[in-house]
Amino acid sequence: MLIRKIREILDAELLVGDELLDTEVNAACGSDMMSDVLAFVKDQAVLITGLLNQQAIRTAAMMDMVCVVFVRGKRPDNDILEIAKENGIAVMTTTHRMFTTCGLLYEAGLNGGMKTK
Amino acid sequence: MSANYLHYHYVVPGDDFTQAGMASGAVKQILKQLGINPQTVRKMSISLYEGEINMVIHAGGGEIDVDIDNEKIVAVLTDHGPGIESIELAMQDGWSTATEQVRGLGFGAGMGLPNMKKYSDELLIESKVGVGTTVTITVNIDN
Repeated sequence: MLIRKIREILDAELLVGDELLDTEVNAACGSDMMSDVLAFVKDQAVLITGLLNQQAIRTAAMMDMVCVVFVRGKRPDNDILEIAKENGIAVMTTTHRMFTTCGLLYEAGLNGGMKTK
Repeated sequence: MSANYLHYHYVVPGDDFTQAGMASGAVKQILKQLGINPQTVRKMSISLYEGEINMVIHAGGGEIDVDIDNEKIVAVLTDHGPGIESIELAMQDGWSTATEQVRGLGFGAGMGLPNMKKYSDELLIESKVGVGTTVTITVNIDN
């Protein structure tokens, strides 16, 4: 699925990463707990989160993820967006809640990666 | 790799959570620029990031020294925080002394040290209560 498609499905607003819209992604992870993202993410390229701080982006960067979706209409400030730009990460915000966001993307073919164990 | 030996030093401030991860991010960029394979870069980045976060949330900051040669990357994280009472307990999945405030920031799920162990090739933790903690992370370079 292209990042462009994620934006469309979620009716999301892209905040940075125009140049990444045609990047292909296959799997996503939804979490507010960055420790879990660091523990369980393998090749998921999209992070869906309600955690609005720099660490959401830094964590995604450490895991080589290319897109972060903030749910519940959360809007990161410029400091957060700067970190995303530096790390080549597309950032968008959607008014959908976490469960709905994950459900819509899953239904459209984005998977969650492997089971944790 | 273009160089035989490189050394980097970072000071991690303890009073600003927004800065936590800056050193790890910088190290990741260096490792990528050196052309080290992405899996190795990711292993060191995750281990170091977890360590850096721990320094900020538990120890009031500290210092990180990174040494890179042709065979391995070694990161030494030194703090003068409260120390770890039981390293054995701290190594267990899900065991944490983090506050609710820290959990609200997305960390403190008790996965930090287990993650560091999982992603490093060698992890050495030396800690003395009331004195501080030194964590040494080694990741071998395969390419």
